[in-house]
Amino acid sequence: MAEYQNLFTRVQVAAPHYPGVPHDPRGVWVRGVKASANYWLGKIGDAQIGPFYLGSTGFASILCFIIAFEIVGLNMLASVNWNPLQFIRQLFWLALEPPAPQYGLRIPPLKDGGWHLMAGFFLTMSVLLWWVRTYNLARKLKMGTHTAWAFASAIFLFLVLGFIRPVLMGSWSEGVPFGIFAHLDWTAAFSLRYGNLLYNPFHALSIVFLYGSVLLFAMHAGTIMAVSRFGGEREVEQVLDRGTASERAALFWRWTMGFNASMESIHRWAWWFAVLCTLTGGIGILLTGTVVDNWYLWAVKHGVAPVYPTTFEPLPDPALSSGAVR
Amino acid sequence: MKILIRSMATIVMLGALLAGCGERPPIETKQIGYRGTGMEQNVNPRREVMLKAMNQIGDIQPPADPTGPLAKDIYQNVQVLSDLSVGEFTRVMLSMTEWVAPANQKNCTYCHNGENYADESMYTYQVARSMLRMTRDINTNWKSHVKDTGVTCHTCHRGGPVPSYVWFADPGSGRENAFVGTRAGQNSAITGLGVTTIGHSSLPYDPYSPFLLGDLNIGVNGSTALPTGNRQSTKQAEWTYALMVHMSNSLGVNCTYCHNSRAWADWAQSTPQRTVAWHGIRMARGLNNEYLVPLTNVFPENRKGPQGDVAKINCQTCHQGVYKPYFGESMAKAYPELQGMKPAPVDPTAMPADGTAAAGDAAAAAPAAPAAAPAAGVPMAKVPAKDAPKATPRSGNTAIAALTPTSVDRGRL
Repeated sequence: MAEYQNLFTRVQVAAPHYPGVPHDPRGVWVRGVKASANYWLGKIGDAQIGPFYLGSTGFASILCFIIAFEIVGLNMLASVNWNPLQFIRQLFWLALEPPAPQYGLRIPPLKDGGWHLMAGFFLTMSVLLWWVRTYNLARKLKMGTHTAWAFASAIFLFLVLGFIRPVLMGSWSEGVPFGIFAHLDWTAAFSLRYGNLLYNPFHALSIVFLYGSVLLFAMHAGTIMAVSRFGGEREVEQVLDRGTASERAALFWRWTMGFNASMESIHRWAWWFAVLCTLTGGIGILLTGTVVDNWYLWAVKHGVAPVYPTTFEPLPDPALSSGAVR
Repeated sequence: MKILIRSMATIVMLGALLAGCGERPPIETKQIGYRGTGMEQNVNPRREVMLKAMNQIGDIQPPADPTGPLAKDIYQNVQVLSDLSVGEFTRVMLSMTEWVAPANQKNCTYCHNGENYADESMYTYQVARSMLRMTRDINTNWKSHVKDTGVTCHTCHRGGPVPSYVWFADPGSGRENAFVGTRAGQNSAITGLGVTTIGHSSLPYDPYSPFLLGDLNIGVNGSTALPTGNRQSTKQAEWTYALMVHMSNSLGVNCTYCHNSRAWADWAQSTPQRTVAWHGIRMARGLNNEYLVPLTNVFPENRKGPQGDVAKINCQTCHQGVYKPYFGESMAKAYPELQGMKPAPVDPTAMPADGTAAAGDAAAAAPAAPAAAPAAGVPMAKVPAKDAPKATPRSGNTAIAALTPTSVDRGRL
């Protein structure tokens, strides 16, 4: 029977809770009293839960999220006439739909999309407040703010989809519905409307970085786990004082593909791939409809889309024939 | 070894889970376009067997003698089939009985007063008369869609008085004016009529009213790379998408049966089938407006939809899951009686050479009258007659008559 070789999952040490490194003495953050431990969380990570810093931005963020969540959820529940069984059964289909195009950027009645705007506002506030929180907590710990800026990249895509692009298009109706199948159908319809998003080069870049992130994640996680028997999972130590784990990992990739990232640079690779995924995606959405109306024709115009031979005789658009109703 | 067994078991379980998601493999794939372009059709051979069994043509009566006295001179009140001989007329009546009202539906007396066959009092009599006009109109004036295959009563009815696949305007969920929980005509697993949504999607579930009764614009793509005034919205695309999924389901085909999915709107890359389908949309719309909506007051309440509208047709009504009804086998060929008015013996030039006519006999009261023949040698499908009227008169249903892109988007339902 195989077993994990890693120290951190093999033994769970029950000890006094670790309060973390000392931080700015002027801070209002009182720590070390509200932590607990969970055996099962210890199986997949650190058994210690907390201390948890809520703070004003955290509190406001959670409050905004609950409001948005309730607006969406109660609208969904109402749409099945408050029937809890139907709510569960149809959950994947239910949605809160954005306003109709006729409202433009005006505020529609609540039932005709007003709820959607309100949910969007509170969800956006929640996300932005959470961003402030990640930034502040990193600062308190004297860390860099890499996490906050990576998060900001995702927020950029979110804002483009729900706010910036609808404003540029002059219509809240261009927003995304809040619903599981509904947002997927919207995505397909969006591509159909704007002449095939697959010809949008920023969409292509976004996919490159998405799949690239997955590949990097697999390569890096696989490498570290493979050398954890030599202490490789203690990555920071390996960055500062390269040991046999790092040597073997590097040698493995040089043998495999002639090049290896370093213990530190692999994390820069991953960060940039993740950040560029949503950044390029957001640019692609931002250009759609505002700057480019038909991505296929754009690709033809710029020599991107090839012309294939047809194997059948295409017919002209019947709508252009004279008197063409029949 | 234990791990191997465990992972094998996991794979088998995952496989079983996936099998529950839809049709099991193998699916046969037929290439229909240039290699690498994804122009292909997926066929499930097991489903094909089932569909073949379900789509057999109906009984065909032995041919009748076209000569002899005309039915209108022998029987009273023959208005539509007035050009048929008594033998042909009887043949049509017998066939209709088998196709529409067989023994379990009272045969002749489903439509006729048994005491007086010329009596118009039964609603079914009046509906049948209108449907005969419609059948002849389709076979004469809608060759752009039905070609020479044509239709008979059986194409839709399949042995029952009400075709299996008809549609009614969706009444919505009853929450259209509620404070919360309006659906905007979509985002539900079940329509307001209580049936499953198109393709199990959360797309708008009544695309028939705007597109197959109203003439809302279907195409949403702009014709230029950069914006030049195309204001169709993403929401509008959802309605179009719903109509297209309906067509795909009704015909049992992939999108690529008609479209090249890289450029949906481009006719130069579409298959010839798209042109046939384009005319099919116009045909369904025209027939709904010219024949079915005018019958609204003829039908009794129990035959109407929840909004008091008449049963109407869509692609599924004839196609029933097959790309061509009965897989392309023509029943109508055996029924010259249903092909439209026979040429009057005194003036044979009145009948167009290729059997096409441009007349839109919008009023159901008038039989399909052949009009001037198009230029010789010009196929009907490509250059329709110039004087064809727009076959989409508005129905009496104001809710539908008022449909515009914006009112659809607002979520009429």
